[in-house]
Amino acid sequence: MIALQGPATGGIALPLPRDDTRRAPLPWGRWGLRTTAVLYLGLMIVLPLAAVAQHGLADGLGAFLDDVTQPLAIEALGLTIGAAVVMTAVNAVMGTLTAYALVRYRFPGRGLLDAIVDLPFAIPTLVTGVMLVALYGPQTDVGSWLTARGLPVIYAKPGIVLALLFVCYPFVVRTVQPVIHGAEKSQEEAAWTLGASGWTTFRRVVLPTIGPAILTGSMLSFARALGEFGSIIIVAGNIPGSTLTAPVYLYQQVEGDNTGAASAISIVLLALSFTTMWAIERLQRRGEGPRARV
Amino acid sequence: MRASDRSMKWLIVGLVLLYAGLLLLGPLVAVVTGAFAEGAGALVRRLSAPDAVHALKLTLLLAAGATVFHAVLGILVAHVLVRDSFRGRRFLDGLVDLPFAVSPVIAGFMIILLFGRDGWLTPLADSAGIKFVFSLPGMFLATAFVSLPFTIREVMPVLEQHGHDQEDAALTMGASPWQAFRRVTLPGIRWGVLYGISLTFARAIGEFGAVLVVSGSVAGLTETSTLFIFRSLDERDAVGAHGMALMLAAVSFTLLMAMELVRRRGARQMTKGEEI
Repeated sequence: MIALQGPATGGIALPLPRDDTRRAPLPWGRWGLRTTAVLYLGLMIVLPLAAVAQHGLADGLGAFLDDVTQPLAIEALGLTIGAAVVMTAVNAVMGTLTAYALVRYRFPGRGLLDAIVDLPFAIPTLVTGVMLVALYGPQTDVGSWLTARGLPVIYAKPGIVLALLFVCYPFVVRTVQPVIHGAEKSQEEAAWTLGASGWTTFRRVVLPTIGPAILTGSMLSFARALGEFGSIIIVAGNIPGSTLTAPVYLYQQVEGDNTGAASAISIVLLALSFTTMWAIERLQRRGEGPRARV
Repeated sequence: MRASDRSMKWLIVGLVLLYAGLLLLGPLVAVVTGAFAEGAGALVRRLSAPDAVHALKLTLLLAAGATVFHAVLGILVAHVLVRDSFRGRRFLDGLVDLPFAVSPVIAGFMIILLFGRDGWLTPLADSAGIKFVFSLPGMFLATAFVSLPFTIREVMPVLEQHGHDQEDAALTMGASPWQAFRRVTLPGIRWGVLYGISLTFARAIGEFGAVLVVSGSVAGLTETSTLFIFRSLDERDAVGAHGMALMLAAVSFTLLMAMELVRRRGARQMTKGEEI
């Protein structure tokens, strides 16, 4: 679960000049704090990541490549990336529409919608899986109706995308919403006073303003989706070569005590999500994206 | 509004409500129905069984532990990142976000690598007599890892906005750094801290993947609420699975509502502060 908005700042971080010249009242106290912070983050984050890297590459690059290119591993990675891409595309469209509706329109149920958008951040992802099976599972009315029409959702690929859509719904909405809110409504009004249709106004006036925010939100959901486990292990059915995603494959390798293979898959997943995070960071630093945090 | 724009409005609104309904509201209603499928009595009986109570207690214990841990160290790190300046500060700042991008399964796996057979830290843990794999300390570490960024990331902007003028004034008037922090800075950032620790707690309650890998999930021993749900599904205990899922969803939802309240109060307090 992840927050996009600071409590008191309403999502806007005011850059204050950092004071570098202030003399420390107690140098040893400052050194103590600094050392504690470095040790804490080093032990909690750097050391575990280093352990994965070491185990993954311990037997040489050849062994690493062998582990990663196992047919099942390749299929699992492909499925994870493919499902994340499909989810990201749908989420970008629906998230933007949701944000737009929430900011620009007044309609019954608006307050409720605004509140439940954050639900996926709050609800444990395993619970998400249980909830989706409770509605779309093969034993339910909705599920059997769908299966009869040749569109099984749970224990099939659509279920994986559905779970990812649930988990990642807030990312695009909550990144785009403040930008639409801050954009001048008068520009939109000017456009359609001049005769532009609603769609043209949206495409030519609104979209360029919120484009970077949509991109940031989409990339955040993509990064989040790569590692998703709790909802997917329940929903996917985990059939090797068909609905087995990379995190679930990794889990099986860990359970089977295949440390090398598990480390290798971990390295690939970590590289993918760190690259995405780095790209988001770059996008924000260039000042083109809104300041949103995962 | 022109007729075409009005129809576009209702098209967008209709589509969005349908989508959110099918994706969020429908499954929520389904799990509530599932939990009460055999009546409220059966649900209460299932959730008051010893294994369920133990799982819930363990989840709260781990979440509370992680929250206290991060409340102290999170504020410290946020303070260092905002107020201190040294080489590598930016790198440290970047590290904080990494747990967001690490799959929970990897988080659990890393603890096994460090503390399992031939792990880097196994000799150290052995000499201290602490067992990490398949036991509570490891589960605590797993929970702490996945919930690490929240407090730091919520406290940092509030600390920046609060500035250090008042702190400096207190120091000039003879307060010790600790007094200045406790009496001046901490009250100023309390809403940010409260928001951050609520997020940490909510995230910690729901942790599944990392704990699953580390714990070995022994019922009544190292089984948390999420692991309880996982086992109930496996044993086709629908009331247990749906009931506990509903319980966790309710706790998280209440926290979310409370946080929204905190956020609003914090925002109000901030505007008042700006007027002075």
